[in-house]
Amino acid sequence: MPPPRGARPMNREDLKKNPISMKLVKRLLSYLTGKYKILLGIVFICIIVASVTSVLGNMFIKNLIDDYIDPLLTRATISGRDAVDFSSLLTWIRIVAVLFGFGVIANLFQGQIMLVISQNVLQNVRDDMFKHMQTLPISYFDTHSHGDVMSHYTNDVDTLRQMISQSFPSMVSSAITIIATLVGMIVTCWQLTIMVLLGTFAMIFFMGKIGGKSATYFVKQQASLGDVNGYIEEMVNGQKVVKVFTYEDRAKDAFDKKNGELCENATKANIFANILMPIMGNIGNVLYVLVAFVGGFLAIQCGVKAITVGVIASFLQLTKAFVMPVSQVSQQMNAIIMAMAGAGRIFKLMDEKSETDEGYVTLVHCKKNGEELTEVSEEEALAHKHSKDYVWAWKHPHGDGTLTYKEVSGDVRLFDVDFSYDGKKQVLYDVSLFAKPGQKIAFVGATGAGKTTITNLINRFYDIADGKIRYDDININKIKKADLRHSLGIVLQETNLFTGSVMDNIRYGNLKATDEECIEAAKLANAHDFISKLPQGYDTVLTANGAELSQGQRQLIAIARAAVADPPVMILDEATSSIDTRTEAIVQRGMDALMENRTVFVIAHRLSTVQNSKAIMVLENGHIIERGDHESLIAEKGKYYQLYTGAFELE
Amino acid sequence: MIKRLLKSVREYKRSSLLAPILVSCEVVMEVLMPLLMSKLIDNGIEKSDMGYVWKMGVLLLVCMFASMAFGALSGKEAAKASAGFAKNLRHDMFHNLQNFSFSNIDKFKTSSIITRLTTDVTNVQNAYQMVIRIAVRAPIMLIFAMCASFYINAKVALILLGIAPVLMIGLVLIFRYAHPIFVRMFKKFDLMNNVVQENVRGIRVVKSFVREDHEIEKFTSVSKSIRDDSVKAERALNFNGPLMMASIYSAMLLISWVGARLVVNKDMTTGELSSMFSYTMQILMSLMMVSMIIVMIVISRASAERISEILNEQPDITNPENPVMEVKDGSIDFNDVFFSYSKKKEKSCLSDIDLHIKSGETVGIIGGTGSGKSSFVQLIPRLYDVTDGSVKVGGVDVREYDLNVIRDNVAMVLQKNVLFSGTIKENLRWGNPNATDEEMIHACKIAQADSFISAFPDGYDTYIEQGGTNVSGGQKQRLCIARALLKNPKILILDDSTSAVDTATDAQIQKGFAEYIPGTTKLIIAQRISSVEHADKIIVIDNGKINAVGTHEELLANNEIYKEVYESQKKGGDQ
Repeated sequence: MPPPRGARPMNREDLKKNPISMKLVKRLLSYLTGKYKILLGIVFICIIVASVTSVLGNMFIKNLIDDYIDPLLTRATISGRDAVDFSSLLTWIRIVAVLFGFGVIANLFQGQIMLVISQNVLQNVRDDMFKHMQTLPISYFDTHSHGDVMSHYTNDVDTLRQMISQSFPSMVSSAITIIATLVGMIVTCWQLTIMVLLGTFAMIFFMGKIGGKSATYFVKQQASLGDVNGYIEEMVNGQKVVKVFTYEDRAKDAFDKKNGELCENATKANIFANILMPIMGNIGNVLYVLVAFVGGFLAIQCGVKAITVGVIASFLQLTKAFVMPVSQVSQQMNAIIMAMAGAGRIFKLMDEKSETDEGYVTLVHCKKNGEELTEVSEEEALAHKHSKDYVWAWKHPHGDGTLTYKEVSGDVRLFDVDFSYDGKKQVLYDVSLFAKPGQKIAFVGATGAGKTTITNLINRFYDIADGKIRYDDININKIKKADLRHSLGIVLQETNLFTGSVMDNIRYGNLKATDEECIEAAKLANAHDFISKLPQGYDTVLTANGAELSQGQRQLIAIARAAVADPPVMILDEATSSIDTRTEAIVQRGMDALMENRTVFVIAHRLSTVQNSKAIMVLENGHIIERGDHESLIAEKGKYYQLYTGAFELE
Repeated sequence: MIKRLLKSVREYKRSSLLAPILVSCEVVMEVLMPLLMSKLIDNGIEKSDMGYVWKMGVLLLVCMFASMAFGALSGKEAAKASAGFAKNLRHDMFHNLQNFSFSNIDKFKTSSIITRLTTDVTNVQNAYQMVIRIAVRAPIMLIFAMCASFYINAKVALILLGIAPVLMIGLVLIFRYAHPIFVRMFKKFDLMNNVVQENVRGIRVVKSFVREDHEIEKFTSVSKSIRDDSVKAERALNFNGPLMMASIYSAMLLISWVGARLVVNKDMTTGELSSMFSYTMQILMSLMMVSMIIVMIVISRASAERISEILNEQPDITNPENPVMEVKDGSIDFNDVFFSYSKKKEKSCLSDIDLHIKSGETVGIIGGTGSGKSSFVQLIPRLYDVTDGSVKVGGVDVREYDLNVIRDNVAMVLQKNVLFSGTIKENLRWGNPNATDEEMIHACKIAQADSFISAFPDGYDTYIEQGGTNVSGGQKQRLCIARALLKNPKILILDDSTSAVDTATDAQIQKGFAEYIPGTTKLIIAQRISSVEHADKIIVIDNGKINAVGTHEELLANNEIYKEVYESQKKGGDQ
């Protein structure tokens, strides 16, 4: 009962993109062989035992008839029924029973061990993938669709599961069975063996033919399935628009057309897949009959003595036993190709370059003694967190071996910063700005002007191409990324909450915060009132990105989350733009409280929120075209003035 | 539920019946084969009668080709039937979906509707194909093979009859044990997907709070619990193989012991004995199949349930029996209207709305998020039905109009608006499929969209990506307005539709309305005071009730809320 995770059928595109290379196979095997060499050895032995027993099982009938029944029959005819002694048969049956018992036990063990190995490998693959994903730069997430990333964890891992827990053992056991059966067949009767081999080749040939046809149509089916699903998605998402425009009938017609096409391709693809089995099975049967026929012919007409009834009977079984793994192998081939493609995609993610971090300046707790800073343990700092003597400081080891401490104050300066996301299209030109501790700096400009880009450079989501950014007079490239980001709080326009209680979500800003501190932060953000009114208050569990809450409420939680982190520098990226103006006024009060005594970078849609900034930067096409405070910019009568008076559209 | 789904088989009934019939024929052939084989061995080879061997051999080959033909044909019919069934299911779901009212749509999440129409249908399709092929094949094979073995020798057949139930019970027990674990495991998969999704979407939050390790911990713990459950479930399932093997082996050994005596006693021939072994395989294999099918059906049952939910959903709003086919004018009357989204009238979304709008008036609507503005206007084109009271358009209750007639006459630009993949022209034609180029350009000029469209290299043939991602928010809104204008409506409703448009352009649009469609009643919901200040009257909605109605000046003088909103915007200027 494999989970129906909807593994995508293979298509040629995948193959083209991910040719099965030995490197890939090796890498995949390294997951298997790494920790599980001994277990794999045991599995291998079990597979051999089980396969050999099953071959023995097929020889069983020949032995039974030739070695026991025929002699007994002869005996009975000669000396009468009463003279027949069945004890030797019984002994033999007992021996075979023991052998069979071994086979069953080997089979059981093989399955049990293999499933543990495969599940462990899958867990390792998933975990490695996720761990690596967490180290990837933001640009990776910008350039890969979420659906694609998700499918690595579901579809691709699932193809691996199929391969490791099913295809791999079945390939090994098929191979062993094929070899053992072949030996058995040759030993039993080489003439018939040749015939069976010829038949098998014919079978493989047909299988390839039909399989190829089927694959072609599966690709087509996949394409029209994508088409239909895309249409469904678009129409369902726009269902209300459909209603408003009474577009229902036209939507139905368009859908029916696509749906019909899908049906046609699906039918064809499935026909070929469906007829494969009966045709293969019956070619096996034809072989079966031919064996009986030719065997009989050889025995009777040519008087080949070696061919007895027992030989024929057991050869019939051997033929079946030979044909079955052959068709199994070819069926598994598809799964293996798919798994390889999946593994290719997984490894591609794992090979994506991680964010580089050569920073060596770290963020530490310090005790202030006049001008002097001494590093203290986290426990000590936590114990005195309300004391003004305990502060955050940058620990800066220098090239000459000396170590300096500098209190974190939130002074951020950009010098002639140029930036381009892709190395081709420049998005920032020569941006310079100084934000002194406690100042509020605002960015205003059209979408794509580069506002968000600047903030992304400050927390090093992206690294600058040219120019310098200094934080408390330290080049930010020298600061460890994690520590740099710890010192920056951020509230984004698009709120992302996590599944968990409201309290957990606020605590996300500072995992060590107590409940009281979280509530304190919520109060600061003006979120406490509505949270208290929720059915379970702070324990209310949020799911699906806080779908139970309104946009404004989610934003307030995000603000509380940033507040509990209590960073010296805050970045507010269009934090209130999707809230109506009256609600915004409430949120704004929370924000104002948050902004106090911090260096703040604000990106805003509504100019009302940035008016009281120390400096407002008006950006256009990556250039700062105007800068100054509200009054001076209004007096300038430039772009800001136009925006302010509504003569120009922001988006 | 199953019955409801099966209604969608329709024209594929023939294929759905042919497939199992053909499969049965295939099975008969397959069961005949060992029988003929035993004859061939006993009467042909044993007695060195080559003539008999020929005769039986040919007969066997005939059987085989017949079996192949039946098998291939049934495969073909099954493919036709299942693909067709899936097509009809999608068709029925999609068509019913189109008849859903807004409240029906609200009941299902968008993503869940999409899953139902895609993944769930595929699951059911696979299960259906399985059922009409193998679910018939396995039991028939079981019965025929059993009959054949009884025909050959009842004593030996009794052994099979004894072992089969043991195997069956074993398999059932295994699945009964594993199934709940699998269900739990699927839920954990959803959990894992959720963690991944939240991380991919919220990666900026994760990184800026430096919570990578925290997330990794979260993920690995889910990942581990999936592993643990998978191991548990599969551990149980892995008893299948050995159980099967043990059954086959014990059957073989028992048969040889009993068979040997029978053969010696001349109660059975060697050929018959060897065919008994074939039947053993056939019977036990088909038992295995039966249990697999049960699993398939159980798994796809959840999908079937979800599909039938969509199929069974009755549209809340349907056409009246003798619908009014013409809307006289654009007057709107709300008479003591109450409205709530859920049938339980606990919390009214709108209450006590009594309002009369003359044809051709321009009405502004102001109110905070969640105050009920959108609900208010959505009652006019009957996107929802009132809970109490009545809404009249052109003097006639909206519930008496033909649905298409009222909606064609009331054009609405939704707040959460959508453009569809296709050219700008194709999108505009949503408003009027027969619109000429001139009409389209005219509408776009009123909506202040013509200038930016003309600036595109491909002009009106510019391709809009799905969701309209390649035009800016303001451009999208203006295109949506133009699309609505093309309907030539008696009433035009803009639900916060110019929020991303700058005030100057907004004013141009308003001017265009006044100039070109003076006879159309215009309802404008806005956040911005400047969008509504020139309206004939402005309605302030608060908490589902009409707080005040008046002109800009009147409200500014007398209404607290309006004043507050005005102040909050005045402070920072518009935009």
